[in-house]
Amino acid sequence: MGHILHGLSLRVAEGEVVAMLGRNGAGKTTTLRCITGLNPPRRGEIRYQGRSIAGAPPHRIARMGIALVPETRDIFSYLTVKENLVIAQRARSRWRMETVLGRFPKLAERLANKGRELSGGEQQMLAIARALLTGPELLLLDEPSQGLAPLVVNAVMDTIRGLKAERVSMLLVEQNAEMALQLADRVYVIDHGTVVFEGTPAALRAERQVTATYLGVGG
Amino acid sequence: MALLETKSLTKSFGALTAVDGVSLAVEAGALHSIIGPNGAGKTTLFNLLTGTFAPSSGDILLDGRRITGTPAHRVAHLGIARSFQRTNVFPALSLLDNVWIAAFARSPSWSGLLWRHTERDPELVSTARRALADVGLAGKADQPARTISHGEQRQLELAIALAAAPRVLLLDEPAAGLSPEETRRMVALVRSLKGRYTIVLIEHKMDIIMSVSDRISVMHFGRLIAEGTPAEIQRDPEVRRAYLGGVAA
Repeated sequence: MGHILHGLSLRVAEGEVVAMLGRNGAGKTTTLRCITGLNPPRRGEIRYQGRSIAGAPPHRIARMGIALVPETRDIFSYLTVKENLVIAQRARSRWRMETVLGRFPKLAERLANKGRELSGGEQQMLAIARALLTGPELLLLDEPSQGLAPLVVNAVMDTIRGLKAERVSMLLVEQNAEMALQLADRVYVIDHGTVVFEGTPAALRAERQVTATYLGVGG
Repeated sequence: MALLETKSLTKSFGALTAVDGVSLAVEAGALHSIIGPNGAGKTTLFNLLTGTFAPSSGDILLDGRRITGTPAHRVAHLGIARSFQRTNVFPALSLLDNVWIAAFARSPSWSGLLWRHTERDPELVSTARRALADVGLAGKADQPARTISHGEQRQLELAIALAAAPRVLLLDEPAAGLSPEETRRMVALVRSLKGRYTIVLIEHKMDIIMSVSDRISVMHFGRLIAEGTPAEIQRDPEVRRAYLGGVAA
């Protein structure tokens, strides 16, 4: 299999929400997996708080304060919702069980259910809640709104705004371009494993050709 | 005339009633959407319609005939096909093989299965190729399914359902994980299928639902709380409170 990423450079400053938009297969998920150590990069650097982390084992990267909400959710299907959350809780995290359950009341209703008994959307909420309980300093979100009812998308957006106020840095991959543009400070558009646009949401909206493809405007 | 109908369909898992007395009528050739909060019972409803689960009570009728309790493999032969919320393709097989299997499984005769292992019924192959072309994946027919992107796998999902030549298509969040451009393609594809197939669609992307649906039913806690045209549903205050009000995806 060939290279997926081709000289992709991006940065996330402390307290920034950075969005990655792009077609499926463009390399967005691969980028997140490189950062978390799940896919070591063939070449290039990944620096977190000044330290090189490329190729470091995922558990070590997680302990540095980087959390991932994967597109595939990857919750523990044989553990209950409560167990999934309890094992994620870190002492240092300001997020506790009550706060995440307050954000996603549906999870409170399903605490005793095993992960595999949850609907797709409920699993998505659990994946987000679990990442929050680890108290991340850098939160990577891979299509967090996928499969979520509009009201829950609102809750996710509120959560992201709340995290930003706490100076949590976020790298957000979203197909819901409108959602991403409302939340992001800066946006990268990725195509064929490289950056084809970098700028503010306003600047992206002004790029007619790019907006036609990524915002579904015109076309 | 309702092609697909449910009468007080109910499914309980122990103390949880996932589908609660749902009575639905889907007109032939119509596109009927099911929307509702996460965990409302939409996919469970699909599982009942496809015979994956047997209902606790109530009935399912196809063309006026009771098909309640028909096991899943027979339901497929009755002409009901579905796509899945979590992509369910054979990763090691080529796209063509993935789709061909569906076409083959539905073909009337299994004779020749043993001696035809190196050659295939050209009609089934062309059915498979047509399904791939319908979803825009003809160019990748020989690639293993695991090598195509997530969005393309969603399209393959749909091609597999189409290759089974159904009368009724149950589509479970076909646009999940698709980029805006791919979503547009998927919507155009679903629109092109209207009339040719009777379609029941689960989706959370409201712009899709509102633009393609003839009729919308809203589920909440397993029950139907509203049903009507897209305009009626958009105005319904209970639906707005329980479900809508977010950023349109």
